[in-house]
Amino acid sequence: MRELLNATGEHLLIVFFSMVAASAIAIALGVLAYWKRRLGSVIIALAEIVQTIPSLALLALLMIVFGLGDVTMGIALILYALLPIIRNTHTALIELPPHLIDAARGVGMSRAQRLAKVEIPLCIPMILGGIKVALVNSLSIAVMGVLIGSGGLGYIIYRGIQQRNMGRILIGAIPVVVIALFFDWAMRRLERRLFRHTS
Amino acid sequence: MIEFRNVTKRYGAVTVLDDVSFTIPSGQFAVVIGPSGCGKTTTLRTINRLIEPQPGTVFIDGEDVMDQDPVQLRRRIGYVIQQIGLFPNMTVEENISVVPKLLKYPKDACATITHELLTLVDMPYEAYAHKYPSELSGGQQQRIGVLRALAASPPIVLMDEPFGALDPVTRESLQEEIKRIQRKLKKTIVFVTHDMDEALRLADVIIFMDGGKILQMATPEEMLHKPQAPIIKSFLGRHIEESGAKEGMKAQEFMKRRVHTVLESAKTLESIERMRKREVNSLVVVDDDDHYLGTVSIETIKAKGKAGRAIGEYIDTTTLTVNRHDDAKEALDKLLASTQNYVIVLNDDRTVAGIITRTSTAKAMGQALWGEIES
Amino acid sequence: MKLITLFLTNGPAIGQSLAVHIMLVIVSVSLGTIIAVPLGIALTRTKRIALIVLATASAVQTIPGLVMLGFALVLLGIGRAPALAVLTIYSILPVLHNTYTGITEVLPAYTDAATGIGMTAMQTLFKVELPLALGAIISGIRVSAVYIVSWATLAGMIGAGGLGDWIWTGLATYNTDYILLGAVPAAILAFLFSAAIGALQRILTPRGLRRRA
Ligand SMILES: Nc1ncnc2c1ncn2[C@@H]1O[C@H](COP(=O)(O)OP(=O)(O)OP(=O)(O)O)[C@@H](O)[C@H]1O
Ligand SMILES: [Mg+2]
Repeated sequence: MRELLNATGEHLLIVFFSMVAASAIAIALGVLAYWKRRLGSVIIALAEIVQTIPSLALLALLMIVFGLGDVTMGIALILYALLPIIRNTHTALIELPPHLIDAARGVGMSRAQRLAKVEIPLCIPMILGGIKVALVNSLSIAVMGVLIGSGGLGYIIYRGIQQRNMGRILIGAIPVVVIALFFDWAMRRLERRLFRHTS
Repeated sequence: MIEFRNVTKRYGAVTVLDDVSFTIPSGQFAVVIGPSGCGKTTTLRTINRLIEPQPGTVFIDGEDVMDQDPVQLRRRIGYVIQQIGLFPNMTVEENISVVPKLLKYPKDACATITHELLTLVDMPYEAYAHKYPSELSGGQQQRIGVLRALAASPPIVLMDEPFGALDPVTRESLQEEIKRIQRKLKKTIVFVTHDMDEALRLADVIIFMDGGKILQMATPEEMLHKPQAPIIKSFLGRHIEESGAKEGMKAQEFMKRRVHTVLESAKTLESIERMRKREVNSLVVVDDDDHYLGTVSIETIKAKGKAGRAIGEYIDTTTLTVNRHDDAKEALDKLLASTQNYVIVLNDDRTVAGIITRTSTAKAMGQALWGEIES
Repeated sequence: MKLITLFLTNGPAIGQSLAVHIMLVIVSVSLGTIIAVPLGIALTRTKRIALIVLATASAVQTIPGLVMLGFALVLLGIGRAPALAVLTIYSILPVLHNTYTGITEVLPAYTDAATGIGMTAMQTLFKVELPLALGAIISGIRVSAVYIVSWATLAGMIGAGGLGDWIWTGLATYNTDYILLGAVPAAILAFLFSAAIGALQRILTPRGLRRRA
């Protein structure tokens, strides 16, 4: 039990820190992609390519460079989280009704003011949607941390697999799925509440 | 010939068609008109069995539609739906020849039909047949929607507000086209609209509906001269009464009651958003007690406005106003003599009663003129 | 440089693993699509069951790959067949989801027009609904294929063979060469699958729909 709680805690911590970092990086990249259209398609294409790399392959490759441990896992999670958040940020920004931007420009806001006061606030529900997708993915990818010496629930699951012990696998797997479903549900509610405010 | 005999349609407790009976003789252009939600679309869709009456019977050329296979029935009745509904994955030619193909016409017959129909609406085959709907203008899409309904030469064509979303000029030219086509090909057309101008222009017979009932079915002339219900009168209003402002008419009889107001405390961005939604370029500003303060225009806000500031700072108080009991003719003269686009009509307590705009004035006068020519 | 010599010396063995890997992906994605498309279409006709099935499907999708493969290992044992079973099940999900939403998102104006001009339900499906949903269905297949390339490397753990064998061996023995030999081709393969299906999608989309896609 103690072991399970520790593992769950570790799992959540790695995912949490990676998501905070990924959100900051990805939102910035999304805004950059919105401001500089040409650069934007490069950014998104790169994030798409990163996303297609098989997770085991990416982890193994990162391990060669960064060695064993939590840092490597965190970098992998950040890389996988980039695309959904960048894409949602970028799409939300380019799909803002032009008259609103016109109006903001008309009342004399600078580009940075427009971003902070009008554009980003209106895009928050959609950005949250991207973070939600990234978060749910990360919870499940983080299980593979066990293969590169990082902590978390993967350890319990992997030992279960090695012992061909269904019960142990389940003990490790259930928290992952429950937490993922919980976050999916919670973020969806948050999204909907925010959406009501902005629309 | 289309005959409705005691047709009723209910959705749960709501009666959408209430014991409707009428007959449309072959070759007639019938226009169904009435306020939104009165059952026009339902009536139309009952004809080709997209909706089944309960109880009641619909006959086409004396045959109960319920005795016919719905798919076969629909292939013999042209149908133009309210939102055009051209298939975006098909070219113009494929869209037009959909029904002939369903009916297994030979290939060259389909091609001939497409050719002929496109010629009928002045859209050359070479230029348009292989375009996709997304590559056409709204008016062109509407034309193709009508042609698709005509392609298998159905004796009956149903049209549900086919020109609803068009600008007035395109709309008028399409109205002429459809009337010409109907005369030439001798179709029975059932045409739904909520625009009385359109009804008067096109109809051999007008069916006026309200609340699922037929209030009056008559020729345009008869309806103009003897409207049988107050709501019909108000639909015809502009055509029978407002022949310009007559002596002794009050401003209130001449105004539009729908005025877009905004509180003086509203913010600039919010006001712009509201103007955009309502498609107007100015709003009437009132205080918390609904008293008139002035107007505010989009140009002023764009030129001077700051985000987050209240609209009260940008009020234009020079807008013309009149009292609702003032003489209409004077109000109009005042408007025409000024450079402004409207006069605000106020109640005695200075709350807003309505608005008289330049366009509505011109329209009323034009219609008065046109109405006389027609009858 | 070292990488190139590495691949040259191990060429035939890698080639064989690559072939197995491609086979795993093509077989499971094809089977998955064959199951998912008709199922997705059927679901659009029964909205209530659809909601339950789709919710279950997306819950299944949150189960980590390692766990699914662990189940398969315990229940079905080691080998290519259990691996293919898991891969197939997993490949169903994105295609099912996209088929369902693709068809339900066809505007009612189009289906209404189709019925109104006298198409039967089948004609409406094949001439209007499926062509309009095709883009969504193919992008579901694309997502599926990319996932399955990834899952297939994991499936090396339960004896599926393929490029995963090299990575697993590399991880177990801390042998960077083996990791590179498996990971680099796997990454390229995923990218190529994605690009190829993307190109197919562009070819199959009629011009009238392209602008909006
Ligand atoms: N499937 C349905 N279920 C319940 N009510 C319906 C249904 N279809 C139509 N109604 C109701 O029936 C009434 C008549 O609808 P109908 O579409 O015939 O109106 P309409 O005269 O064509 O209106 P509009 O001018 O807005 O197109 C409306 O009040 C509508 O809300
Ligand atoms: Mg209608």
